[in-house]
Amino acid sequence: MTLGITDRSITPAEVEASVAGPDAGAVVTFAGLVRDATHGRRVLRLEYEAYAPMAERVFAALITEARSRWPILRVAISHRVGVLQIGEVAVAIAVASAHRAEAFEACRFLIAAIKAQAPIWKREVFEDGSEWAQCHP
Amino acid sequence: MQIRILYFAAARDLAGCSTETVELAEGATAQTALNSALQRHPALRAIAPTLRLAVNETFATKETPLAADNQIALLPPVSGG
Repeated sequence: MTLGITDRSITPAEVEASVAGPDAGAVVTFAGLVRDATHGRRVLRLEYEAYAPMAERVFAALITEARSRWPILRVAISHRVGVLQIGEVAVAIAVASAHRAEAFEACRFLIAAIKAQAPIWKREVFEDGSEWAQCHP
Repeated sequence: MQIRILYFAAARDLAGCSTETVELAEGATAQTALNSALQRHPALRAIAPTLRLAVNETFATKETPLAADNQIALLPPVSGG
């Protein structure tokens, strides 16, 4: 089971493999990657920071909530911290279920809730400076 | 009683430190600890209205009571994912 904050490179296929199984007819995996621009400004890299033990508690609570709302089998969440270059994976979420609908819905719920609640922050490094990201669209 | 204050992201930048231990009177709440942090680091006032608080790794309100050796974290608006 992959669950938590890591300072090492995330491989979505590994996160996905950790939830697979003979009972899972569907695995939905979301990967959030570092994009080269935000609000029209060129981004050079991102620097992520987390309150790791609390973020992991939030992940666990959100998985419990997802389980109460959808009949899902297994969930894995991995979120990176440290300096990330363009194209690197910042977060990966995999949800396994018997059928696809609940895996899609639970995965969508989880990424939205993580962005809104988990104590994780990113500093956007631009060509002319850096700042903490203020919004999470 | 001793309380550990943790600063993250913009709060850490403005406070100039990531953690410190403060002495608060018995009966202190999360608000008491926040006030202490704002007094120590006036630069934090700029983002004070946006801060969420957590006590011992759980979201808290300003009324949440503190006990000795609790950890209170000052959390700016999150931006993970």
